Amino acid sequence: MAKMTYREAVRDAMREAMRADPRVFLMGEDVGKYGGAFAVSHGLLEEFGPTRIRDTPLSESTFVGAGIGAALGGMRPIVEVMTINFSLLALDQIVNNAATLRHMSGGQFGVPLLVRMATGGGRQLAAQHSHSLEGWYAHIPGIKVVTPATVADARGLLLAALKQADPVMMFEHATLYPLEGESEDGTIMEIGRAALRRRGKDVSLIAYGGALGKTERAAAQLAQLGIDAEVIDLRSLRPLDTEMILASVTRTHRAVIVEEAWKTGGFAAEVCARIMEGAFDALDAPVARVCGAEVPMPYAQALEQAALPQPESIVKAVQGLF
Amino acid sequence: MPRLGADMTAGKLVKWLKRPGERIKRGDIIAIVETDKANVDVESFLEGALEKILVQPGDERLPVGTPLALIRTEAGAEPAAPAAVAAQAAPRVAVPTADAASAMVPPATVAPAAVAPAAVPPRVVPTPVPPAAAGERARISPAARNRALELRIDPATLTGTGPQGRITLADVERAAQAAPANTADTRQLRMREAIASAMARSKREIPHYYLACTIDLGRALAWLAERNAGRAVTGRLIYAVLLIKAAALALREVPELNGFWIDNRARQSEAIHAGIAISLRGGGLVAPALHHADRQSLDDLMRGFQDLVKRARAWSLKSSEVSDPTVTITSLGERGVESVFGIITPPQLALVGFGTPLERPWVVGGQVAVRPLITATLSGDHRATDGHRGALYLAAVDRLLQQPEEL
Amino acid sequence: MNDDDIRVRVIKTLCEIVPELEPRNLKPAVSLRDQLDIDSMDFLNFLIALHQEFGVDVPESDAGKLGSVDACVDYLAQALRPLAQT
Repeated sequence: MAKMTYREAVRDAMREAMRADPRVFLMGEDVGKYGGAFAVSHGLLEEFGPTRIRDTPLSESTFVGAGIGAALGGMRPIVEVMTINFSLLALDQIVNNAATLRHMSGGQFGVPLLVRMATGGGRQLAAQHSHSLEGWYAHIPGIKVVTPATVADARGLLLAALKQADPVMMFEHATLYPLEGESEDGTIMEIGRAALRRRGKDVSLIAYGGALGKTERAAAQLAQLGIDAEVIDLRSLRPLDTEMILASVTRTHRAVIVEEAWKTGGFAAEVCARIMEGAFDALDAPVARVCGAEVPMPYAQALEQAALPQPESIVKAVQGLF
Repeated sequence: MPRLGADMTAGKLVKWLKRPGERIKRGDIIAIVETDKANVDVESFLEGALEKILVQPGDERLPVGTPLALIRTEAGAEPAAPAAVAAQAAPRVAVPTADAASAMVPPATVAPAAVAPAAVPPRVVPTPVPPAAAGERARISPAARNRALELRIDPATLTGTGPQGRITLADVERAAQAAPANTADTRQLRMREAIASAMARSKREIPHYYLACTIDLGRALAWLAERNAGRAVTGRLIYAVLLIKAAALALREVPELNGFWIDNRARQSEAIHAGIAISLRGGGLVAPALHHADRQSLDDLMRGFQDLVKRARAWSLKSSEVSDPTVTITSLGERGVESVFGIITPPQLALVGFGTPLERPWVVGGQVAVRPLITATLSGDHRATDGHRGALYLAAVDRLLQQPEEL
Repeated sequence: MNDDDIRVRVIKTLCEIVPELEPRNLKPAVSLRDQLDIDSMDFLNFLIALHQEFGVDVPESDAGKLGSVDACVDYLAQALRPLAQT
């Protein structure tokens, strides 16, 4: 166990993987000399050299495609995309190639590729750098989608992703990088398991990634109001730990899903539907969602904060169920 | 199971008063049903013979609309019976789906004769009356519904405390814990819940306006004292009867206060059936109807009122009395309360209230005199009427009470 | 008819008007109106029931003399005496 930041945990996990396995390498925009747009790969070029820490041109489709090719060729590439908005340029590679090749080759070829990127708002980076589109990727069969929300998960899920035979997308909420926490050494996590972050009996708060911390703060406020909230961190959107969600809602009879993404067609809607399908009879109130405002992310700080779920809005949504 | 009042959703069958094969006339009392408010004699509104009893008396709370028995009507006597069915056999009609407004009774639907070969007698399928009033489904969470089923609690008896009045798990658990062992208490509890639900609905849905007017009851009380003085105890009137008669007669002048609010519009009733609020000792109240209160003599009204009070307090009312009122009259007299601003009984349009007559200084002909004064109030549904019409109504009540001999 | 007979029948009559009455909880000297929460209609019904039970018609001016069980027994005993003697 070591105390470190989320950023360091991602870096350490990559370092550990590269030391242990010569097939692992990192490529992406500014990951080498600059140390990464979010300084995640800072210092790795010095240790592993330019063949394993590769700066790429500004062409997401090209370098994600190259990553897919390398994975097909037996490597274990980690591709860093600067932000989730830019990953749309690589959508064709991810959806049409990475996600489909095992299926289309009759199981002969896998794409053991890890694509990492920053997601989410809260840093005044405006409408082209701040959205939460991970729910779109969770729509696609053939890829796994993980959303570490803690320091331990950042490390654990990255290492677990590199053990997969098929592509994994890892979404790192940009506000989490400076988060401090304990990192557990040597544990390999299982992708597809949610984590129970807080036990409670009155309502299940379901969140992931950047929304988890706010949700936990909301739960603490709710405790003072006499509402005992359970907090579930999804950790993986695909596969989704439906079992834990349903077990929790069956105990608490109420659910609120918290997500930074827009409500319409968002991932919260999927969780909501799973609850209806699997725990309808246990519900004592309609499932509620606290999502981002349906606007392109504003630049101005006050507006941006207003567009994001906040502990206060979560508390209010929960109170509306009683 | 007939709906015996706008807030009734279920009832227990206490007793059958007719046996299969017996002839039944319209108005015959055929069964006794226990509602949340009373034991009610169920009157048939069909002529015929009791063909088959479908439900035996018991503790089960049957939702409104549950067929209780089949009555074979005379061929052709039932307007809903189509010729094809009448030609083959007398139609069978499920026992009553009586409702607050008879216009709301759905016509019995008939299974097509084509699918009923000769061997199978044609069957009239009863159309159940939807349980919640005004076509509204009771709000109850799935978890609460399931728990209520487990605990054998009728959700219709529960009052929801969740958002939008939704019945939640906690409401069911509370009711289970509160469920008392003896039936008198259960009855009280049920009544309380029924009142809670009707009054909450009223305050939620009905935009009330309230008017008050002070009426000099001197002439009326003097006339009454003189009239009672010469009479045996069985022939005496109480002043409340004068109030009821005046309140009913005044409705003829402002008929838009008399009737129901159904499907977003007011439906005036031609008949004036005064629901008289009768408080029950130990809590709770009912407001059964004095039918055609405007057309009855004071003596008839008195007898009807006496009978109603006696039976209300013995939990034994008739279905038509419980379901018919077109207006409610409440008198909080006798305990010194000066005025009452009542809550309208949905779906009615108005409630008339009277306080206690109290001796007070009052200006008569430019002189201050001591007179027995009573405060008459009107609670009106502002969707149906406005304060101006309400004011005319109270003025009419006042005028009528100044001429007691005309009542 | 002695006073005890009258008392039993008064209470029986009262029970018809107030079905939930527990006779053993009845305090004979306390006002019926306060004790049993009865109103003028109940009271008139009580007078009518007494009339049927005892054949005594209580004039309206005497109604105030039947406020409690004890008072009823006294009043009825008075009223019945001349009947018994004739």
